[in-house]
Amino acid sequence: MAELLEVRELVKHFPVTRGVLFRRTVGRVRAVDGVSFSLRAGETLGVVGESGCGKSTLAQVLMRLEPPTSGTVLFEGEPMFSLRGAALRRWRRDMQIVLQDPYTSLNPRMTVGDIVGEPFEIHPEVAPEGSRAARVRELLDVVGLNPEHLNRYPHQFSGGQRQRIGIARALALRPKVIVCDEPVSALDVSIQAQVMNLLAELQREFGLAYVFIAHDLSVVRHLSDRVAVMYLGKIVEIGTEEQIYQHPTHPYTQALLSAVPVADPALRGRRDVIRLTGDVPSPVNPPSGCRFRTRCWKARDVCAVEEPALVTRVGAHPSACHFAEERHVVP
Amino acid sequence: MLLEVEDLHVEFRTRDGVARVLNGVSYHVSAGETLAVLGESGSGKSVTAQAVMGILDTPPAFVTGGSVRFRGEELLSASAQRRRAVRADGVAMIFQDALSALNPVFTVGFQIEEQLRLRRGMSRARARARAVELLDLVRIPAARQRVRDYPHQFSGGMRQRAMIAMALALDPEVLIADEPTTALDVTVQAQIMDLLAEIQRERRMGLVLITHDLGVVAEVADRIVVMYAGRIVEQADAVSLFRSPGHPYTAALMRSLPRLDSKGAALETIRGLPPSLLRIPSGCPFHPRCPRAEDVCATHVPGDVRLGAGRTSACHFAEEVVGG
Repeated sequence: MAELLEVRELVKHFPVTRGVLFRRTVGRVRAVDGVSFSLRAGETLGVVGESGCGKSTLAQVLMRLEPPTSGTVLFEGEPMFSLRGAALRRWRRDMQIVLQDPYTSLNPRMTVGDIVGEPFEIHPEVAPEGSRAARVRELLDVVGLNPEHLNRYPHQFSGGQRQRIGIARALALRPKVIVCDEPVSALDVSIQAQVMNLLAELQREFGLAYVFIAHDLSVVRHLSDRVAVMYLGKIVEIGTEEQIYQHPTHPYTQALLSAVPVADPALRGRRDVIRLTGDVPSPVNPPSGCRFRTRCWKARDVCAVEEPALVTRVGAHPSACHFAEERHVVP
Repeated sequence: MLLEVEDLHVEFRTRDGVARVLNGVSYHVSAGETLAVLGESGSGKSVTAQAVMGILDTPPAFVTGGSVRFRGEELLSASAQRRRAVRADGVAMIFQDALSALNPVFTVGFQIEEQLRLRRGMSRARARARAVELLDLVRIPAARQRVRDYPHQFSGGMRQRAMIAMALALDPEVLIADEPTTALDVTVQAQIMDLLAEIQRERRMGLVLITHDLGVVAEVADRIVVMYAGRIVEQADAVSLFRSPGHPYTAALMRSLPRLDSKGAALETIRGLPPSLLRIPSGCPFHPRCPRAEDVCATHVPGDVRLGAGRTSACHFAEEVVGG
């Protein structure tokens, strides 16, 4: 199958500045620091990591909401960042985003019909004027909302329903890829399941590809075909859902999986527990060599000097650790 | 019994009407025990804790009935001074958002020392020494230096540790932890939960852990109460509850959870939404969303059905639910 999206060595640094009148750059936040992956049509790539690992910045750059510092992204073989004019407009239809916070990502002064129909104002070729109202109703129906509610305002809906509105808006232009940035993390458990099922159904129905960004490892496993684990701006391990969860080889992935509380009291005291010490270092000043070495129990001298490449050392998938080895941590 | 809550009723009098936020909540916690209070947003789990601590905002919140006892002493009718004393060394509380629970204009050390000086009459120097000890206890590295830092100079996990240190300063007998790890990353969450469990064991403290996270509950709780629409719908020991939930809501919640150990097929969902507390459904508050609801559920509020030692479920069909 052809790659829909091909991300190569993507870098996004933000300047850290001092002073008001004479602004000078005193450092750089290396939010995304050399990330490569590909996405096929109809597949879901999960991206997991803790706060500050760069997963949301990655989403912003993929959507061209932030220009990259360097690196390329090919969309259907075309370099995405050099698209201009009509080609850019055409591309914007193909890639859409669903955001985390269902409260701040919808304009409170617009009706639901206007929110979901707004993409057609910008891309009238997708739905001619006369057919728009019908198309909006159809979209609301597809995401499980009552089409009669199109004159209501966002505050009249619950959190889960608002997330459905955001999904309907993202679907309006019949995209090929939807970047989902923590789409269910603000929702209660019983509502989260509804929205996850909806995302899975829509993928089957419309052949969508998702870049699914989340910090909840169970949620990511449930929806993803492949998973990338990020730490301080880099992918440390990438593979199929099965490879990452059942055969993790990077110490960080293992620690992350081992820290997830599992809803089964019978497993108490019987799990392989890895406890990391300390917090994630600042992305302004990441450690030399391997960025995880300051919290890693396997670190040796070489880890401070030589940055481990993301290549396959053991098993069948790549992992950025000099001492990669499989450890079974998910019960 | 250290802390007992009995038939607690709280309502919020709002512009839109009276929201019945708690409708007869009862639970208790003993020394050395971890009680988990499990529920989704609006279930009343935090409001119960605030009523216990006497920190509800009145208005709009009014306690309209029930009893809160600490070592047998009624707190709801106690004087403000007495309640302050109980908050100091009887029942302490920590919150989800440490940044807003700490005062940004004082150093972390000062905020720990203040209570030691006021309530224990310690000198500045002794209070400082004790604050360093406490920060050390919650494993803040270089505590001697960090005691002079302001809250914004701490990372999220360290702020949570500092708040725990502050709550422990006067050796409380019960600690109420309201979503203490919800704002934290998973590796830091694991550190904090380990720390809480260890401190609780060593001090034989009663711990009331308020959370929405079934995983956290499964790892640390001795007993669990499940709340829905201002009521306790089920209570049980942790092992029994997870093995065979006795209330349809608990059962549905567990089935709607994605799993870490397998990709799984479509998740089971709970239809509809939690009710508005301004208009709680008649009968069983869960009946409009319940897969096994019958006519009686819409007309009669179910009482607590006993399901063996220390287990109850507020469901007309509890025995059948627990049997699977």
